[in-house]
Amino acid sequence: MSSEGSSGPSTATSAVGRKKGSISAFLNNSYYRGIIFQALTIALIVGFVWWVVGNTVTNLAERNIASGFGFLNSTAGFSINFSLIEYSEESTHGRVLLVGLLNTILCAALSIFFATIIGFVVGVGRLSSNWLVRKLSAAYVEIVRNVPLLLIILFVYIAVLQVLPSPRNSFSLFGDFFWNNRGLVTPQPVFESGSGLIFFVFIAALVMSFFVRMWARKRQMETGAQFPVFYTALGLIIGLPVITYFLAGQPISFVFPELKGFNFVGGINIVNELLALVIALSMYTASYIAEIVRAGILSVSHGQTEAAYSLGLSPGKTTRLIVIPQAMRLIIPPLTSQYLNLTKNSSLAAAIAYPELVSVFAGTSLNQVGQAVEVLSITMAIYLSLSLLTSLLMNWYNASMALKER
Amino acid sequence: MSIRSILSKILLAGFGTVLVAAISTAAQAQSTLSQVQGKGFVQCGVSQGLPGFSNPDDSGNWTGIDVDVCRAVAAAVFGDADKVKYTPLSAKERFTALQSGEIDILSRNTTMSMQRDTALGVNFVGINYYDGQGFMVRKDLGVTSALQLSGASVCTNTGTTTELNVADYFRANNMPYEIVAFEKADEGVASYDAGRCDVYTTDQSGLYAQRLKLTDKDAHVVLPELISKEPLGPAVRQGDDEWANVVRWSLNAMLNAEEADVTSSNVDRMLGSDNPIIRRMLGVEGSYGENLGLSNRWAYNIIKQVGNYSESFERNVGVNTPLGISRGLNALWTDGGIQYAAPIR
Amino acid sequence: MANERTTNLYTRTEEVVVWLRKNLFSTWYNAVLSIVSVYVIWVVASGFVNWAFINAVGFDGDRDTCVMYAKGACWPFIEAKWSQIIYGRYPEMERWRVDVTFLIGALAVVPMLMPSMPFKRANAVFLLVPYPILGFFLLNGGAFGLEPVETPLWGGLLVTLVVAIVGIVASLPIGILLALGRRSEMPVIRILCVGFIEFWRGVPLITVLFMASVMLPLFLPQGVTFDKLLRCLIGIALFSSAYMAEVVRGGLQSIPRGQYEAAQALGLGYWKMMGLIVLPQALKLVIPGIVNTFIGLFKDTTLVLIIGLFDLLGIVQLSFSDPSWSTPQTAATGYAVVGIIFWIFCYGMSRYSQFMERYLHTGHKR
Repeated sequence: MSSEGSSGPSTATSAVGRKKGSISAFLNNSYYRGIIFQALTIALIVGFVWWVVGNTVTNLAERNIASGFGFLNSTAGFSINFSLIEYSEESTHGRVLLVGLLNTILCAALSIFFATIIGFVVGVGRLSSNWLVRKLSAAYVEIVRNVPLLLIILFVYIAVLQVLPSPRNSFSLFGDFFWNNRGLVTPQPVFESGSGLIFFVFIAALVMSFFVRMWARKRQMETGAQFPVFYTALGLIIGLPVITYFLAGQPISFVFPELKGFNFVGGINIVNELLALVIALSMYTASYIAEIVRAGILSVSHGQTEAAYSLGLSPGKTTRLIVIPQAMRLIIPPLTSQYLNLTKNSSLAAAIAYPELVSVFAGTSLNQVGQAVEVLSITMAIYLSLSLLTSLLMNWYNASMALKER
Repeated sequence: MSIRSILSKILLAGFGTVLVAAISTAAQAQSTLSQVQGKGFVQCGVSQGLPGFSNPDDSGNWTGIDVDVCRAVAAAVFGDADKVKYTPLSAKERFTALQSGEIDILSRNTTMSMQRDTALGVNFVGINYYDGQGFMVRKDLGVTSALQLSGASVCTNTGTTTELNVADYFRANNMPYEIVAFEKADEGVASYDAGRCDVYTTDQSGLYAQRLKLTDKDAHVVLPELISKEPLGPAVRQGDDEWANVVRWSLNAMLNAEEADVTSSNVDRMLGSDNPIIRRMLGVEGSYGENLGLSNRWAYNIIKQVGNYSESFERNVGVNTPLGISRGLNALWTDGGIQYAAPIR
Repeated sequence: MANERTTNLYTRTEEVVVWLRKNLFSTWYNAVLSIVSVYVIWVVASGFVNWAFINAVGFDGDRDTCVMYAKGACWPFIEAKWSQIIYGRYPEMERWRVDVTFLIGALAVVPMLMPSMPFKRANAVFLLVPYPILGFFLLNGGAFGLEPVETPLWGGLLVTLVVAIVGIVASLPIGILLALGRRSEMPVIRILCVGFIEFWRGVPLITVLFMASVMLPLFLPQGVTFDKLLRCLIGIALFSSAYMAEVVRGGLQSIPRGQYEAAQALGLGYWKMMGLIVLPQALKLVIPGIVNTFIGLFKDTTLVLIIGLFDLLGIVQLSFSDPSWSTPQTAATGYAVVGIIFWIFCYGMSRYSQFMERYLHTGHKR
């Protein structure tokens, strides 16, 4: 190769390059060079993957390790103490996967909900006119954000366990809800025939609210008259199912927890591991969300607020209709990545025995079947899809919030 | 980017791959024994800290009955029981570490089971401790039998056979229960101590060991029932019979020494013994060590430096240690136990 | 004189009242908020002071006193385990080597962080090349007459710092390459880089660490194994390089198109254009982002305890299982100390990041 090769398409090259023949000219053409480079990269990557797969296959075969996904249909044989779906020791490892996934989604969804609320409150608090609230919010953010999440989870967990009493001395609420160091015990609803109707009415009410909102918007655009959409929707969503409940002869009953032997029998036991995890995750993520919210609100220029005031809008309406919608454009993209982080961070539950995906599937199941490659690949693939799904949802919401230029 | 630099990078990458491949083929050609002899130490997979079995003491030296197996192998191979390096492993990692060649022996209170022996690519070579799974509860609960545990919360750790045994036991006796399975044994014990569970379960020997870590160890009691068979023993990679023999016979030598009353203190005197069993064991007669690929003094070195099985047991877990476990099943067959080693002949 | 003081005092009080009225009691809901805040502060602060000082067992106590007064922190536990918290099980005779490594690192990093200090380039080169090599030989030993110390003996703050620093140093070049690749005009390179970045950003670090500790040995030819710490470092470096790539990409995007065009007009090739013109500007802009990534990575190092490495948190957890220190408050005390150590490091770094942000911001003001 000529030394000029490195200096790219400069004037000096061309004269010498042409004399040297077409190969050098060919190589100096950035278009062809790009193609060669890409082809080489592909070849290298394919070679690398081939090498890894080859190694793995040989290793698994030589060490007599079972392979394939057949284990998903074999009996798991162990118990899980918290599951959203029917699960017993006779269930399969595939079922374990599903239980773990649902538990992951549950704890992520709950944490996202609370983190968003705490985050917005603290973020707005950092801009409060009240000096104490401002400092307190800042202290919260600076303390929580600079400590590892795993430590917070472990700390919250032992704190929860130490504060809560034994089942016999449970904190009790209305005599039907109990909280002790095993978990939060609530009455369990039993759905009898006819309860499907209530569910159906609930969905119908949701759809109706949606149409009411659309109609109200259209009317406001045309006539300027406003309509109390929120209260109407609330009435529909709560009122209609309640009316149906009584009309259908009260088909939902409750099993109430009773203290028997070591713990409460009957009812739903929401384990403390879930509570500790949700508290820790939402506290931690809220400290990031608070900063995002603060930056978002600060980015809305003061002129917007002043303009709104001069139009006669109240401070509440100004915040709700003028500041927040504009701030949201800046808030949503980083908020999305915080939600993604939170979902991934829920995998730390393995440290405190909450049975989510990593803990039961990539933990217990992996130990029983010993097929690390398959189990970890499935786990990673699931997290990747969850990430993509959250991104898609938030991008869709983001697009609907984006600046519309007419 | 200049083509030259691209090409040189590609060449470098290719060269690296070839180099790694060359190293690996060289490594593959060697058996574990010659590999161990070549590097000069035995790499031994142990627990992350289980008193009596494998636990670093205050000055960081590993001690325990499982550690003694590794030391015995090192004594047999090198004539020096200290030529061992330890890899602390979680329950989850232990088999992969052995499969991948990261360790030479897995001696980590591991239960021999058919699934593990057949599907995980490991080979159990003997049993150094006969155990069974038990339960520990608070004394003030007044529970005297495991059959009274209906509805209890049970803390344990994942990655072991204990979870499955608990499930089997409670199902067989038709008792409801709640399992809380922790990633690490320590966290399970700590949560039990904090009141999260009514019961802590693991192998009974482990219960005695973990009980030491509780705030008030006398407030807890180990229930008499054993709900499973847990033969614990060292394991090696499948497909290397030579190395499996070395580990198997190192363990057997300790048992045979106890049977013949040869101890670390009298082994030198025993070299002059007339008993043919002892003469064969200590390498005075025959060439049993050479058949293993070691020196004929292999068993002498084990007994001299590590001691016989009884010495190891009493030093690490016996009645005079904090664990205070009696020999029970682990007594020699001649004393009413089931420890029965094949003879050296 | 006395009169003067009274007037001063009088105006002082008046000022305070005005300040209070303006900042805490301007409206009725602000007053409520203030009272609630005072209450929250009181509960948290008094709780902490009670636990950490008033009810605590001081350094002169021992395990038995800790068990007896089980209401507050058990500080003797920390005193007994302090050297383990810093060094892990690193042999006592060799611990000076850790100190020397840290000292040299600190001496090199401090001027690097101060914008006013000269010789930035030489300093950076020292930190990126000779220092890691020196540190490796000092810590690992096995050469120059130093006793080898194997990585399973490393622990505590040592492992935390090693993992975090190696992670960030290794991820920076990979991250830059990925960021360049993501903006490349070659579709194959672009797709590969996007795929790589999105993959590592989409999976939890804990599964990456599991993969490094459990699966990586299966990917390699038989007989080839390497150190567990190293495997974990590879996992962490790949993971954080994806985040680093996104940070660097932000910097690249903020460089005006004109800079690229000017560089091309001067006849610079791609690598010269990037290396001499674009990257120096872009990297300077993203220093706060890099520091923030480092804070995240530093906190994430605690996850290595799940795969059985004893970092700061891991070693403290390990010492909970020491029978001679099991007391009701051992765990809380240990966690609190780890929390404080992490907080000091992370808060310091985040303050630095904020400082740099302001510093760079003024630099670009027109």
